[in-house]
Amino acid sequence: MYCLKASKESNSPVDPRIAVIDKRLENVERVIAVSSGKGGVGKSLIASVLALHLTRKGFMVGLFDADFTSPSTHRILGVKNLEIKEERGILPMFVHGLKYMSIVAFSREKALPLRGADVSNALIELFSAVLWGNLNYLIVDMPPGIGDVTLDIIRLVKKIEFLIVSTPSVLAFETVEKLLALLKELKVPVIGVIENMKMKKSSFIKEKVAELGTSFLGDVPFDSEVENALGDVEVLLRTVFAQKLAEIVPRIISQNSWRSF
Amino acid sequence: MHEWALAEAIISSAINIAEKEGLTEVKEVKIKVGELQRVEVDILEFALSALKTGKLKNAKFMIETVKAKLRCRVCGHVWGFSQNKLDDASREAVHFVPETIHAYIKCPKCGSPDFEILEGRGVLLESIKGIK
Repeated sequence: MYCLKASKESNSPVDPRIAVIDKRLENVERVIAVSSGKGGVGKSLIASVLALHLTRKGFMVGLFDADFTSPSTHRILGVKNLEIKEERGILPMFVHGLKYMSIVAFSREKALPLRGADVSNALIELFSAVLWGNLNYLIVDMPPGIGDVTLDIIRLVKKIEFLIVSTPSVLAFETVEKLLALLKELKVPVIGVIENMKMKKSSFIKEKVAELGTSFLGDVPFDSEVENALGDVEVLLRTVFAQKLAEIVPRIISQNSWRSF
Repeated sequence: MHEWALAEAIISSAINIAEKEGLTEVKEVKIKVGELQRVEVDILEFALSALKTGKLKNAKFMIETVKAKLRCRVCGHVWGFSQNKLDDASREAVHFVPETIHAYIKCPKCGSPDFEILEGRGVLLESIKGIK
């Protein structure tokens, strides 16, 4: 009889959840992480409205809020009473025509202070237990920066692609440059960069993105009406922000970065 | 049930290890189940029996429950955890994502939410016995 500790390398138990993540995503065509080096650049808004646009184009779409300590997509989409349903796994909620999952379904309105190891564990738990089923797109709203969730999603989700959001500010773009450098080093495909909250004519970000050899997908103006539209997707989709983003969506659809990588 | 998702993960992981180690048949799989996740062991056992195929067809699954142990990062206090302190909705949330415990309890000594789960979080694969 042959006996081995589950992990010979570390002589410690093995986390079995990781082995099932590929299977959970096998019927998802594209997984897009909406990411940035900095917070407050509009990742959650772009992730949410991108998911809505794709849904309205007839695609099967999922939206996963992976910002566990500061989730906000439920507010953007006006999702109330998040319910947990299970059927041999956790079932995503169905809102505005898309499949939706947020940690808020579990933490409710309470603050959820998590350190890095806890964030990783929660991410693995949800990727291994949520049954997304058939999807054309799974949009992941990422927390800012190049911390645990970014590193884990690259490690765990083999088909991940990144969609990067910057503002016109050099402060935002400096962190985006670092994120792009990391993704390049790790050979993770990048769809391109969206310049959000543009307030005046400038080609600074476009030129910098081109210098880095990354696609510049387009710019979206700062739209003060967005704040009033939060929670009402019909009003939100009529904002200038959403309409300008709609012009960029075909570029995201056509640019399957794994195909061109 | 969530237990089915966990069982699927255990089976996939055990198959991966068996293949990596060149086992022709797996005889025994030892699993540790953390108290925090409040896994229904009967359902997990049933799901494992229903899902085991191929090299795992004749495998026996040994399940050990591990008590939860938490340690405060601020004052160092170590304490056990009883699910009975939570209401049903919070218990269910912790069952699905044990890390949400940080939303529902604090260190009983100093009141900090900054604590770590030392033991008894979720499901771990402890060891595998088989024939080469």
